[in-house]
Amino acid sequence: MHPILKLLVQRIALSLLLLLAASAMIFIGTQILPGDVAQSILGQSATPESLANLRAELGLNEPALTRYFDWLFGALQGDLGTALTNGRDIAESLGTRLKNTMFLAFWAAVISVPLAIFLGLLAVRYQNRWPDKLISAVTLTSISIPEFLIGYVLMYFISVKLGWFTSVSTIYDSMSLGEKLSAIALPVTVLTLVVLAHMMRMTRAAILNVMQSAYIETAELKGLSMFNIIRKHAFPNAIAPIVNVVMLNLAYLVVGVVVVEVVFVYPGMGQYLVDHVSKRDVPVVQACGLIFAAVYIGLNMVADIVSILANPRLRHPK
Amino acid sequence: MMNNELKHLAARVARKTVSRRDFLGRAGALGVSAVAANSLLADAVRAAGPNKGGHLVQGLGGGESTNTLDPALTASQVPFANLRHFGETLVGVSETGELTPRLAENIEASDDAKVWNFKIRKDVEFHNGKTMDANDVMRTMERHSNEDSKSGALGIMQGIESMSVDGDTFAVTLKSPNADLPYLLADYHLVIQPDGGFDNPGAGIGTGPYTVDVDEPGVRHVFKKNPNYWGGDVVNYDSAEVLVINDATARTAALQSGQVHMINRVEPKVAKLIDRAPGVSIKNVAGRGHYVFIMHCDTAPFDNNELRMALKYAINREEMVDKILRGYGTIGNDLPINAAYPLFDDTIPQRKHDIEKAKEHYAKSGHDGSPIILRVADGAFPGAVDAGALFQESARAAGIPLEIKREPNDGYWSEVWNKQPFCASYWGGRPVQDQMYSTAYLSTADWNDTRFKNPEFDALLNKAKAELDEGKRKAIYSEMAHILRDNGGLICPMFNDFVDAVSDKVAGYVLDPNAELSNGFAPVRTWFA
Repeated sequence: MHPILKLLVQRIALSLLLLLAASAMIFIGTQILPGDVAQSILGQSATPESLANLRAELGLNEPALTRYFDWLFGALQGDLGTALTNGRDIAESLGTRLKNTMFLAFWAAVISVPLAIFLGLLAVRYQNRWPDKLISAVTLTSISIPEFLIGYVLMYFISVKLGWFTSVSTIYDSMSLGEKLSAIALPVTVLTLVVLAHMMRMTRAAILNVMQSAYIETAELKGLSMFNIIRKHAFPNAIAPIVNVVMLNLAYLVVGVVVVEVVFVYPGMGQYLVDHVSKRDVPVVQACGLIFAAVYIGLNMVADIVSILANPRLRHPK
Repeated sequence: MMNNELKHLAARVARKTVSRRDFLGRAGALGVSAVAANSLLADAVRAAGPNKGGHLVQGLGGGESTNTLDPALTASQVPFANLRHFGETLVGVSETGELTPRLAENIEASDDAKVWNFKIRKDVEFHNGKTMDANDVMRTMERHSNEDSKSGALGIMQGIESMSVDGDTFAVTLKSPNADLPYLLADYHLVIQPDGGFDNPGAGIGTGPYTVDVDEPGVRHVFKKNPNYWGGDVVNYDSAEVLVINDATARTAALQSGQVHMINRVEPKVAKLIDRAPGVSIKNVAGRGHYVFIMHCDTAPFDNNELRMALKYAINREEMVDKILRGYGTIGNDLPINAAYPLFDDTIPQRKHDIEKAKEHYAKSGHDGSPIILRVADGAFPGAVDAGALFQESARAAGIPLEIKREPNDGYWSEVWNKQPFCASYWGGRPVQDQMYSTAYLSTADWNDTRFKNPEFDALLNKAKAELDEGKRKAIYSEMAHILRDNGGLICPMFNDFVDAVSDKVAGYVLDPNAELSNGFAPVRTWFA
């Protein structure tokens, strides 16, 4: 077996194992939430009979291990159960929310990742001169301001004062792609501003690190232009750390944007999860937890794989 | 003469042949104040009759993705608004507090107020095509009152002994007399559903003026005008939408940028600013909701009425209305009842902030000087933590050592309220005094959150229930109010207004003290100007 293939298989197997461990943690975590699940669903007016009925209905009388495997096998087959609060099929409600979250994350990534890398390259090209300083200052400012504040400021000027884009980003199926994109313009802008600095700084640092190497000096002596050196020689060798930070930020765009969702009234997974946590709707919390874990582990796995593939020593073993 | 000219002009504005600006200019030239001119204009617009058509969007806070259309489980603002679109109750309560017939045409009570007959309206059709009859009504009441009911109306159904149907009459026999039963059945949970909604409680099938078109909990709910509504062509919009916007700033921005036409729950601290902004106006109305601090009358040190009185005199009510509600409210009188209730006795003296009396009562109580712990959380009511701090300051002036303990919002209603002896809380109010007292001040009430157990008070409450003479009932309620005010565990500093904001594009808005957004009927009562 080619060593690189072996490494990849190892990575994927490890990720799956990690996901399994995460599922166990999620299950345990929701079991040790304070209070009885049936009690928190029925509230203070619950009678002992209705509590007993609900416990039986939820299968809470089964041993925890049996419940865990029932849940896990159900989840593997796409059966996440029904929400306790409104009796809806979780997979179905979650599907719509996940699609929306992915839609927002996708467009935020499409804009922010190339922009961050481009700005990073630009900053290296003009290192320690005004473009570098300006880029750093602007992006570091925008990451330092809480995202809800950026959201409110944009909302006030762009939506209320200028009326260019809507401040309510609710999207639904009957909207055309153009309408959807117009609706999410403001949250995408906010998310871009929030994730830009991290990726841009990492790109800059990684490339600057490579720029110290002897082969860059050789390229310079060959008379290549600065931008070509960065693009052809420095960037490919700096790809692993950049991909790592890009993946981290993508994961953030999927699992960490609840504040932006609330501010812009975007029907994503974050708000869905928070609503169900406050109502102790355990099956939904478990399902959301599992999906978030899968996204996180999956994206990190991609980052690992790209790093492996980007490493020439691993690609061409002696 | 001058008035005639203006009236004529106003009518023309309503028909859109004269602009509003020209009208106000002419009114100014004639020396009529802008307020008077505007009210003249409003009358004319109302007289001209509503416009038809359009899509109304309401941006409402208080919706979660856990919501359902099941009327029994309705507990927050968005599900409440949804019910008002597609559902209807037997009777309604008007903005002036009178009963209005809805699905019941006629109501009759026996002389002892124990047996009530509701004549059910004919030719009313559910959205699924089924004709509504008295059986549907009885099944609905059964679903809300049976043993495993999770209905928010369960408490008010517990006084019912039996129910029966005879032709188109639905009869209720009570365990003990209750002159207020029709008011209780006007509760928003008690939406009549086909077969009581037993087979599919969350189907969203009712008899209301709108039908459910889109139901995405926590996101939006869209309703279409019901062409078969029994009341005829009362709805002015073609469709209405409830957009869930839980963030207050986002709600305001959506209204100001014209994406929604009305919003609920405007924060008092920004209400005046919004009112000054162009194109929108604040609609506030004094309701029955009140912000309270509650003491358990049976737990030390609050089992001592002198200490309770000391705390009641130590609180500065005006300051609270001023700073916590920013003037969008009225001061309380240590009663859960105010002038918004029918049969309220407005001669009950107002309790004032009085440091000397507070000191006096505190000295008499013989309290050992150990800190008195008041538990607060912003989830108790908006600004509860600040209100606690104000209370602490004014109590300190009277030498009462109040200690504020901030609790997490999560779990406040299950762990703190009705468990801890002294905490901040909120009551939404009830349509009638009897219901408010029966819910929380009767010795045996489940939600007796002040542990107020006074046999004399209980006896008066039962006496009032059976009294059909309004003058006598008013006297009994007044006596009860005095007992509660001077002995109870309730410190009620303020009644909050319902503060909503409406776009100028909307006309016909009616202020209604029963609930926010014109008691939820804004999508029925208003139209696009």
